[in-house]
Amino acid sequence: MDWHFVFSQALTQAIGPTMLVYALAAIGLNLQFGYTGLLNFGQAAFAAMGAYGLAIGVVVLDLPFWWGIGLGLASAVVLALLLGIPTLRLRADYLAIVTIAAAEIVRRTARATGLSEYTGGSDGMRGFSEPFFAMNPYPSEATWTFLFASMDGGRLKLDFLLFDLQYSNRDLWVMTVGWVLVAFFLVLLGLLVRSPWGRVLKGIREDEEAVRSLGKNVFAYKMQALVIGGLIGAVAGFLFALSRANVQPDTFITDFTFYLYVIIILGGAARLFGPVLGAALFWFLYSFLSQGLNQGIRSGAIPEDWLSATQVGPLVFFLVGLSMVLLLIYRPQGILGDRRELTLDVR
Amino acid sequence: MSDSEEAVTAEEQPSTVPAGIAAARAALADVPAEPGVPKLDPILNATGVRRAFGGLVAVDVAHLEVQRGAITALIGPNGAGKTTFFNLLTGFDRPNRGEWVFDGRRADRMRSYQVARAGMVRTFQLTKALTRMTVMDNMLIGAADQVGEGFWAGLVHPLWKRQEAANREKALVLLERFKLIDKRDDYAGELSGGQRKLLEMARALMLNPRMVMLDEPMAGVNPALKQSLLEHIKDLREEGMTVLFVEHDMDMVHEIADWVAVMAAGELITEGTPDQISADRRVIDAYLGAHHDAAER
Repeated sequence: MDWHFVFSQALTQAIGPTMLVYALAAIGLNLQFGYTGLLNFGQAAFAAMGAYGLAIGVVVLDLPFWWGIGLGLASAVVLALLLGIPTLRLRADYLAIVTIAAAEIVRRTARATGLSEYTGGSDGMRGFSEPFFAMNPYPSEATWTFLFASMDGGRLKLDFLLFDLQYSNRDLWVMTVGWVLVAFFLVLLGLLVRSPWGRVLKGIREDEEAVRSLGKNVFAYKMQALVIGGLIGAVAGFLFALSRANVQPDTFITDFTFYLYVIIILGGAARLFGPVLGAALFWFLYSFLSQGLNQGIRSGAIPEDWLSATQVGPLVFFLVGLSMVLLLIYRPQGILGDRRELTLDVR
Repeated sequence: MSDSEEAVTAEEQPSTVPAGIAAARAALADVPAEPGVPKLDPILNATGVRRAFGGLVAVDVAHLEVQRGAITALIGPNGAGKTTFFNLLTGFDRPNRGEWVFDGRRADRMRSYQVARAGMVRTFQLTKALTRMTVMDNMLIGAADQVGEGFWAGLVHPLWKRQEAANREKALVLLERFKLIDKRDDYAGELSGGQRKLLEMARALMLNPRMVMLDEPMAGVNPALKQSLLEHIKDLREEGMTVLFVEHDMDMVHEIADWVAVMAAGELITEGTPDQISADRRVIDAYLGAHHDAAER
């Protein structure tokens, strides 16, 4: 059984492009759910707005790349306003119901056959990412070695004792942009949540009527949190689409949003670094389990009649769920959370 | 300046009656005890306030004026519509009709946060401490007109640094006064029920309100703390604030109220000084049911 391979694969995923997509979307959701208490169950729709805004802008409308980015961001703002105006004056659960439904409406609209001329239907869209990769500073033809790092035909290898990480030059570009975006949004949110503005959001999470009685326009604050969190979700959508060089409607299923909640709770809600740590752990755990089981079967460590390769996928989800349950029992505040907050008497 | 003035007038009077209570009692001395009676200087003037839930008329108050600088109690049996009336006045509920003027401004169309900004701040029957925030943050969030509460300004610390420091000073003074200073870095959720009542009142004062609306301030407070809460409410009057509070406890009403308004079945049935109200047959009927003596026979 090749533990070195399993461990390397898990670590590759834990800091790779997909993890960054989830980390970004979770940062946006953390502002909404963690700090403001907004139950947005449609973060997938905001990511879809970004991804499809860019793809439709570039492919269908023939706009320049940056205009496509602008279109994606604008679509996310429009979606936030559409969802927020009718629901944010109501009780918190209304937003949850409306957003989960809206996310499905967005996905089903995107895969509708009648609209495939504009959205590509269930096949999705491609052909919008060339301008992004044209900006890639990492050469596709380079060969060098420096200590434990080596570049071989555009493929970076980092070879330590316990693991080796490999990324293509396209992955490296996506990761560079992704980590810069993560850093940017963490700084932005760090400033915001420590400001009086962020204090009002936390107050709304605790008791919006109390905050209203203190002269704050709660609706406006909730709307701002929904829009900003949604915009960050759209940015995650850009990265998702660009890292795969295509958009697929079914990547924006509600599971996407649920994983984001897992990530936030894992890392610790209303903790600045919670989403990043949560995303890294989630993807480490996820690929460690699936690679580990696959390796176990291949090497014969797990007998064939116990578990077949086709059963690995469902079992991994089962195990991820189990570890969530264990986390909630033994560390309900998440990795970075403060247990004291949960033991408070919320009267 | 007003502080020193008050101090002087208080010294001039050899009796132990503080200036605020003396002024309030004097203003209400010659007001007849009847529902909707005009006051010398009303800070709140409400007319024709009606709120129905389906077929049930919860509030139907023809006219009520609240004297500025006095402590007015709003009493009545359960289901009389006191809290609903409170919610209407503070913008937390919308009336079917009715209009009222608060401190010279029409307030019946205002939203709850606008009412608070206009100077009428309320507390809640079930205390609303922001539990997973510190006591200090609970106080700071109360301060009005904060520059840093804007999204863009919030990003730029130098823009709100000074105001924040001033608010913090003010919060410390209030926390000292309400004996919560040692708890300032604790989560509000760690406070006892009574301490939460104190915190809620202190937090309301961060807005410099002109009128404080207390919804059952004594509910669930132990006797020891009750006395200190009463003193705090009296202090509000001495500082020139108007207090309107909903209460069941007649002893408390007697001790601190300058004026009492009585509601029953959504209507204002009578008004008067605490002594007048205690002697009023209609009030006893409202509390015990109109036919209680008939049943005795």
